[in-house]
Amino acid sequence: MSVGVIDPRDRGGPAQPLLSVTDLVKHFPIRKGFGEKKGRAVRAVDGVSFEALKGETLGIVGESGCGKSTTARLLMGLTERDSGDILFDGESVGGRALPWRSFRRQTQMVFQDSYASLNPRMTIEASISFGPRVNGIGAREAAERSRGLLARVGLEPKRFGGRYPHELSGGQRQRVNIARALALEPRLIVLDEAVSALDKSVEAQVLNLLLDLKQEFGLTYLFISHDLNVVRFICDRVMVMYLGRVAEIGPADTVLSRPSHPYTEALLASMPSLDPDRRTQEALLAGDPPNPIDPPPGCRFHPRCRIAEAVCAETEPPLDPVAPAHRAACLARQPNSGHSLSVARAA
Amino acid sequence: MNAAVAIENLKVTFGAVRAVDGVDLVLEKGQALALIGESGSGKSVTLRAILRLHSEKRSRIEGRIQAAGRDVLTMSKRELSAFRGGTVSMIFQEPLLAFDPVYTVGQQITESIRRHEGVSAGQARVRALKMFERVRIPSPERRLDAYPHEMSGGMRQRAMIALALACRPEVLLADEPTTALDATVQIQILLLLRELQAELGLSTIFVTHDLGAAVEVADRIAVMYAGRIVETGTARQIVLDPHHPYTIGLLRSRADGALAKGARLDTIPGSPPDLANRPPGCPFAPRCFLAEERCRREEPPLAAAGPSHLAACWRSEEAAASFRRKRAEAAEPVLAV
Repeated sequence: MSVGVIDPRDRGGPAQPLLSVTDLVKHFPIRKGFGEKKGRAVRAVDGVSFEALKGETLGIVGESGCGKSTTARLLMGLTERDSGDILFDGESVGGRALPWRSFRRQTQMVFQDSYASLNPRMTIEASISFGPRVNGIGAREAAERSRGLLARVGLEPKRFGGRYPHELSGGQRQRVNIARALALEPRLIVLDEAVSALDKSVEAQVLNLLLDLKQEFGLTYLFISHDLNVVRFICDRVMVMYLGRVAEIGPADTVLSRPSHPYTEALLASMPSLDPDRRTQEALLAGDPPNPIDPPPGCRFHPRCRIAEAVCAETEPPLDPVAPAHRAACLARQPNSGHSLSVARAA
Repeated sequence: MNAAVAIENLKVTFGAVRAVDGVDLVLEKGQALALIGESGSGKSVTLRAILRLHSEKRSRIEGRIQAAGRDVLTMSKRELSAFRGGTVSMIFQEPLLAFDPVYTVGQQITESIRRHEGVSAGQARVRALKMFERVRIPSPERRLDAYPHEMSGGMRQRAMIALALACRPEVLLADEPTTALDATVQIQILLLLRELQAELGLSTIFVTHDLGAAVEVADRIAVMYAGRIVETGTARQIVLDPHHPYTIGLLRSRADGALAKGARLDTIPGSPPDLANRPPGCPFAPRCFLAEERCRREEPPLAAAGPSHLAACWRSEEAAASFRRKRAEAAEPVLAV
């Protein structure tokens, strides 16, 4: 953690979350079918609230369709939210004190596809200096900064600066994307499956680089991934999403070793074992993740849940504390919820 | 001894690039072998060569490939089309691209059965339905009439497996069959493949970049690097007692292998060599933590590292010892000062 770094842009002090999201909602309408009266919608993100503390790495995990990437895009303003509040260091994003333009300068994103996210007709040095130049930094200074960043991410500026994206390997391109994200000295970087497309040996190099940069620049990361090993390695806290909602959020070590939500448990059990003597014997979940168009009533996970009871189909579980700094949306963990595993607590 | 697949000194060249450079590989009957390696290591190219799927105009294949007792490289076009899907069949990473979008899945499976075995349409449909039940597709009757795009990813991969096994092949080749799937679906497909392999006595070659997936399904693992096999052995030998520095690097760079949270990961420095311009000596030498003068000059052959365990490294004993040492250190509790 980089609590010691004093950032002149810091407003609320170290205790104030850098990012605070409340009730974020995004539904994508789908075209009405013939004879359908009411249009349906993909409920991609459906009431998501969380905080990212200064200097931490918050992991977001879940399967396809859980809304993790949509959440990232809503935060960055790449997709417009239906409702919900986003506070950045205490200021409302898009409000008068923090218009989108100045928010975006402090927040950057790195995508999975390292090739598609670079302009194929720009040299990588030009790609990195483009942001600073648009934001009013002189050409010479921007180019200098670009070369400095290239060197910092392990690409020798003299050798690589003049190259085009197609002349680099996947790992090298992802380093360029990271350098470009750093060019405007952001405080928050959203990494959307940023290492998922890389080979394992290259992935490890990029993860090490991300750790170093975080320390050096006092960054906060939002790390979206489907690889629980990587999340356990790099994240301080983890948020598990399922069908547009938060299933569980808490310290990475706890969530990924003693999960409180049956879905997290199933995700962990799905990881291939690396021990030939202890191969996985059964899959905890059957079938594919359901479609977020018509999420089931009550707890969204109940049709696939091992411990679901009648009450789960009726009551939507709130995201309540199960331990200090650890919350889970499961009725079985909540006192007096009506679930047979829940502890009755005297009032 | 009659092997299901025997490959001898296979070389596959595309223009100036030699993607596979002298691979020897034996798959015993009823065995599951995983071919692992990173992108560009030649694992998929090797697999596709077994069915001669490479364009004949743009590639050159040398060496010998025997599959199910047949010599693949000398077959005529006609023999080849009976061989593909009938004797040896393949499943792919992206079933949506492997199926024809304008026919139902059922039509495609019955067509394949009729083409290979000349049975009636009704009989073929019964067989297709049986296969659907076997790969555990819920409401199979209805799903036979679905188009590929109407199925979910996991369901499509099951349908693909049903198609591949419909004509009772002896050998099943799988090219990254679970890479495009979600984690909870991936494990279901891995378990299904393992179960079918045991039940039907299939011989399987399974290409993957994921060591975990390989351990889940395979008896033996062959590790490829820069177009060659650098180490081969049982799954246990590869994971618990690796003898090649590249295998060791792969195991150590996994994020779950990190000793402590936030500690740096061991990485393999650099990147794989340019296959069009192969350096002399061991192709891994420029990235190897043990490389010495000899490694840059002479290419190491695959040599015995244990019973049915081969490694292509001049210093495989030192490599194995270093792995054992690190493991022992990691197992010991760290003393707080």
